[in-house]
Amino acid sequence: MADVIIALIPASAWGVYTFGWSAFYTIMACILTSVGAEFLYQKLMKKKATPYDLSAFLTGLLLALNLPAGTPWWLPIIGSLFAIIVVKQVYGGLGQNFMNPALGARVFLLISFATQMSTFTLDGVTGATPLALLREGTTTDLKDMFFGNIGGTIGEVSTLMLLIGAAYLLIKKVISWRIPVMYLGSFAIFIVLFGGHGCDINYLAAQLCGGGLMLGAFFMATDYVTSPITPMGQIIFGVVLGILTGIFRVFGGSAEGVSYAIIFSNLLVPLIEKVTIPMAFGKGRVKDGK
Amino acid sequence: MRRATFKGGIHPFDGKNLSKDKPMQVVLPKGDLVYPMAQHIGAPAKPVVAVGDQVLVGQVIGEASSFISANVCSSVSGKVKAIEKRLTVSGAMAECIVVENDNEYTTVEGFGTKRDYKKMTKEEIRQTVKDAGIVGMGGAGFPTNVKITPKNDNEIDFVIVNGAECEPYLTSDYRLMLEQSQKIIDGLKIVLSLFKNAKGYISIEDNKPEAIKALQELAAAEERIEVKVLKTKYPQGSERKIIYATCGRKINSKMLPSDAGCIVNNIATIIAIYNAVSESTPVIERVVTVTGDAVAEPGNFVVRTGTNYRELVDLAGGFVSEPEKIVCGGPMMGMALYTLDVPVTKTSSALLAMVKDPVAEAETSACIRCGRCVQACPSGLVPQKMMQAIKHNDLDMFEKIHGMECYECGSCTYVCPAKVQLTQAFKLARKTVMDNRRKAQNQ
Ligand code: SF4
Ligand code: SF4
Repeated sequence: MADVIIALIPASAWGVYTFGWSAFYTIMACILTSVGAEFLYQKLMKKKATPYDLSAFLTGLLLALNLPAGTPWWLPIIGSLFAIIVVKQVYGGLGQNFMNPALGARVFLLISFATQMSTFTLDGVTGATPLALLREGTTTDLKDMFFGNIGGTIGEVSTLMLLIGAAYLLIKKVISWRIPVMYLGSFAIFIVLFGGHGCDINYLAAQLCGGGLMLGAFFMATDYVTSPITPMGQIIFGVVLGILTGIFRVFGGSAEGVSYAIIFSNLLVPLIEKVTIPMAFGKGRVKDGK
Repeated sequence: MRRATFKGGIHPFDGKNLSKDKPMQVVLPKGDLVYPMAQHIGAPAKPVVAVGDQVLVGQVIGEASSFISANVCSSVSGKVKAIEKRLTVSGAMAECIVVENDNEYTTVEGFGTKRDYKKMTKEEIRQTVKDAGIVGMGGAGFPTNVKITPKNDNEIDFVIVNGAECEPYLTSDYRLMLEQSQKIIDGLKIVLSLFKNAKGYISIEDNKPEAIKALQELAAAEERIEVKVLKTKYPQGSERKIIYATCGRKINSKMLPSDAGCIVNNIATIIAIYNAVSESTPVIERVVTVTGDAVAEPGNFVVRTGTNYRELVDLAGGFVSEPEKIVCGGPMMGMALYTLDVPVTKTSSALLAMVKDPVAEAETSACIRCGRCVQACPSGLVPQKMMQAIKHNDLDMFEKIHGMECYECGSCTYVCPAKVQLTQAFKLARKTVMDNRRKAQNQ
């Protein structure tokens, strides 16, 4: 957990730098509520309190990074409570939840408070996110998207910062390449085939950098608890994610789609795991070691 | 050169530095000798002496009682004091012959006579190995004569000497490779004489460069023998992994190495074969590494079988502080000892005493599904799912996801950040499944 938190520091810092104090307050509100809620729940239920496993902290941070800066103060609190109590603890706590708590809460907020969730302010100006612009036919400067000079949620704006964090996780072997690489790869192929822009690099890059795809691919789809544990399952999971995200973005009503794709795929995990139990060593052919 | 290895596995703390540069020291027992009749896999041996009998060094005192069983020989001369149930390393009581040492070390007739294996028939060689009570001395204790008697000699193309010694802390094989390298070559030549189509490989992990060098020099003169350098990784020394690393063949729990054309023997075992065939000496001693941070002077000792473990501690200068954990064998697969009043057997490779017990201290938390156990499992299993099946009391599921292919190597438990006691649970589940199968058969 600590490693994932460390890996999210660049993106969080960038979010605060870009959006100012309001981003910082949102992050703090999420983390404090998450940790507090978990602690209280565990005390009330007479379970062992586990604030030091940092998982509630991480949930709070992830949720914050999925919210726009400058949301009303109660939004992070409701979101965190929902994440910890409804998605995580009610299902039995760490390791038992079937969907990523932060994402579950984000989708809950998206559905319940659509307006507050899609008001993005940058430099005091309220504007649409690059993906929404893209849908309308305008494009954003690619460089801005890569470095993070755009509107969006706190954590999703800087592709560069997210990639730095992702590299850290990959080098430290906290996550494996399978899910993110298969996710991004299959998504890119889907966009080329069905995006309607062919191999237009600008369009493709905008699709890849925008809408929290990087945040989702490296930090949320890879969530241990809600992704397959088998190597083959992780590959399938990644591909399913890529295709679903593509479908949601190209054919769906909203420009986003990462959160929905991940949550939907989370539901498929038990099935994916079931069909991908690897062959045990020595169960194949003998002489050639296959 | 590409160093061979396998997929999965772990790199545990090694600890070999404590004893690896300590030459083997031959020691004699002080107290009574205790010989358990079950020191091997298979049926226990049958005592063939009676209380009050005089026995000699090398004399068979327990006789193999079935095909998979092994003789037990006395390692001293003296009088049989008792035949009774005593505590053994496994923590269970087992039938043992107790011999009072007369400190004369009078040997049986013919003991130590030099012999030329080339003048012996295959049957004579196999019979000699059987009479000498040789079993897999790496810890498994499978009777060696059964191993070297496959269905068809001509189909064996690899004879592998397992010099991986991948368990942390253990250095007894390493010392043997340095100090008795010629015997290893000669022992391997004896086994090779049984299999005319086979090539001999001595497989050693690359953290033992001196051993590799020593054996490579000797092997250079041998046409049929080669040293294979393996990447250092646990559990390289398990039979399935050493076969795969050496020749790229895979066996599973239902197969014997000979099904893949391989015969595998550990270093100490191959030396025992040499001793039995060329020097008419049965298994009466073995090298034991006495080590761990609770031990004053760690070292490698050549000890007679039947010696009390307490004497081993004395040999190593006693404890510097009260150990919290004592293990017979390596830290990964060894057995925790609750008392030192148990005898050294043919399969005792080490006495490991540690001031702190890392396992007892670890607090188990919920599995976070991180998948590290999956990465680490050398058998390609999914320990997390196996554990889930056990938790749901679903042993059918446990079997279906290949749970019976687990060989309890401990890698998954070692890497688990939540400290879930996976291996222990698998051990129990496998035993339950096997008991159930046996029950079903008997109905
Ligand atoms: S290593 Fe431990 S925590 Fe990780 S998946 Fe396996 S059992 Fe769960
Ligand atoms: S103990 Fe069994 S399941 Fe665990 S790593 Fe070893 S073989 Fe795999």
